[in-house]
Amino acid sequence: MAEEVKLLGRRLSPFSTRVAIALNVKEVSYEFVKVEIFGQKSEILLECNPVYKKIPVLIHHGKPICESMIILQYIDDVWTRNPSILPSHPYYRAIARFWVTYIDNNLLITIWGMMMAASKEAAKEAAGRAAEILQTLEEAFKQCSQGKDFFGGDAIGYLDIALGSFLGPLKAGEKLSNVEIFDEKTVPLLVGWAERFSKLDAVKEVLADAEEYIEMVQSMNDGVPTV
Amino acid sequence: MAEGENKGLVLLDFWVSPFGQRCRIALAEKGVEYEYREENLRDKSPLLLKSNPVHKKIPVLIDHGRPVCESLNIVQYIDEKWPDRAPLLPADSYARAQARFWADLVDKKMYESGTKLWKLKGEAQEEAKKEFIEILKLLEGELGDKKYFGGDTFGLVDIALVPFTAWFYSYEACANLSAEKEAPKLVPWVKRCRERESVSKSLPDPLKVYEFVCFLKKVYGIE
Repeated sequence: MAEEVKLLGRRLSPFSTRVAIALNVKEVSYEFVKVEIFGQKSEILLECNPVYKKIPVLIHHGKPICESMIILQYIDDVWTRNPSILPSHPYYRAIARFWVTYIDNNLLITIWGMMMAASKEAAKEAAGRAAEILQTLEEAFKQCSQGKDFFGGDAIGYLDIALGSFLGPLKAGEKLSNVEIFDEKTVPLLVGWAERFSKLDAVKEVLADAEEYIEMVQSMNDGVPTV
Repeated sequence: MAEGENKGLVLLDFWVSPFGQRCRIALAEKGVEYEYREENLRDKSPLLLKSNPVHKKIPVLIDHGRPVCESLNIVQYIDEKWPDRAPLLPADSYARAQARFWADLVDKKMYESGTKLWKLKGEAQEEAKKEFIEILKLLEGELGDKKYFGGDTFGLVDIALVPFTAWFYSYEACANLSAEKEAPKLVPWVKRCRERESVSKSLPDPLKVYEFVCFLKKVYGIE
C-alpha cells in the first residue's frame, strides 16, 4: 500500500530541496505540490503551516510537518531503513545539528546578500562574510568527514543535505556579485565535496543550478520573481 | 591533562541564562551528576573559548572532554545519551516532530522578543509588547488543556519555555506586561512545572532576575 506523502514546496526553495533530497535518499515516493508563496499564498499552505505560512511542509498520512530540518529528522525517524540521515551516535548528532544551526543563522543571509546586493560595496561585504563562514565550514568538513567523501562519512547525511541545497544560490551569488569565494584555492575540501554531492542520484534531479537562480533574481519585479 | 578534559560532565553556564537553565533541568530530570561551572561573561575562561570557539557562548556541556553547544542541542544530546530514563521527547515520530517544532519556535521568538521588552521604550516597546503577547497566546493555544506541552509527560517544549517564566516579573516591571493576564492558561502550567524539583532547583528567583535586568539597563544606559 502506497503511503501518502506530499511535499509542499518550490524547486527554487533550497529549504524545499533539502526535503526532496532526504526523501530521495530514503527512496520514498512522494507527490511534489508546487505552492504559491508570493502574493496570495496557496490555501493548502496556509492550512498546513498556519504559524509561519512557509514552505517546505511535508504531509504524511494527512498530517503536516514544518521546518526543513525538523522534517529531515522526521523522515529519518519514520523511514528507518539505511542510509541514516542523522549519525547514530548522540555526540555526532549534536555536532551535525550544531553546524546546521550555524549555516542557517549565518551563511544563508550572506548568500542572499550576494544575490540581491544593490551596490558593489554591499556585494563585497556579503561576499567577505560568506568567505569567512565558508572557511569555518571547511574546517568543519575536516572534523566531520574524517577523511571520507561527505560530512556524513561514506554517504550524505543531515549536514550534507542542509548545506548542499544552497550550492545553487551560492554560485549564483558569486556570479551576480562578481566575486569568487567558493574556489579550489580557498576551500578545496568543500569544492571537492560539492562536486561529489551534486552528482548523486538522490540530488541531481532536484538541485537547481546557479543559472536557474540567476534567472529568478533577474526576473524579479519588486522582490517577487516573475518566472 | 588540561583543565576540564576527561572530567566526566561539566556544564559551563551563567546563573541567569535561560539557555543554561534548560540544560540544568534536563540533567536533573535524568538524575545525572555533573560539575556546574559559573562563567564570568566579561572574562570568559580559556575552557569556554576552546570548547565553543565559533560562538564563545554558554551553555556548553563538556562530556569527557567533548563539548556540545547550543542549549536545545544539549537537551537532545542528554535525552539521547540517557534514553533509559525520563524521556524528554515522545516515542511517536509525529509527536517528536511537533515537540521539536514548538521548542524551535520558543527558541526563535521568546528571547529576542522578551529582551525588547526591557531594552526598548515608547512606541518601540509598545510594538514589542504586541509581539510578545502574540507569542504567549500562540503558546497558550498549543498547550490547551494539556498537563504539559507534550501531554502527560514533561518534556522538550516545557524545558525550552519554562526558564523564561522567571523573567515574567521583569517584563511586568519594565513594560507593564503581565504574562499571567495575557495568557492565563499558562499559569497552572507554570505552577505544575515549578513543582518539579528539576525546575525549582534550576530557575532563579524572579526578583534576582529583575535586579540583573536593572543592572543591564544601567550598563546599556537605558532609563
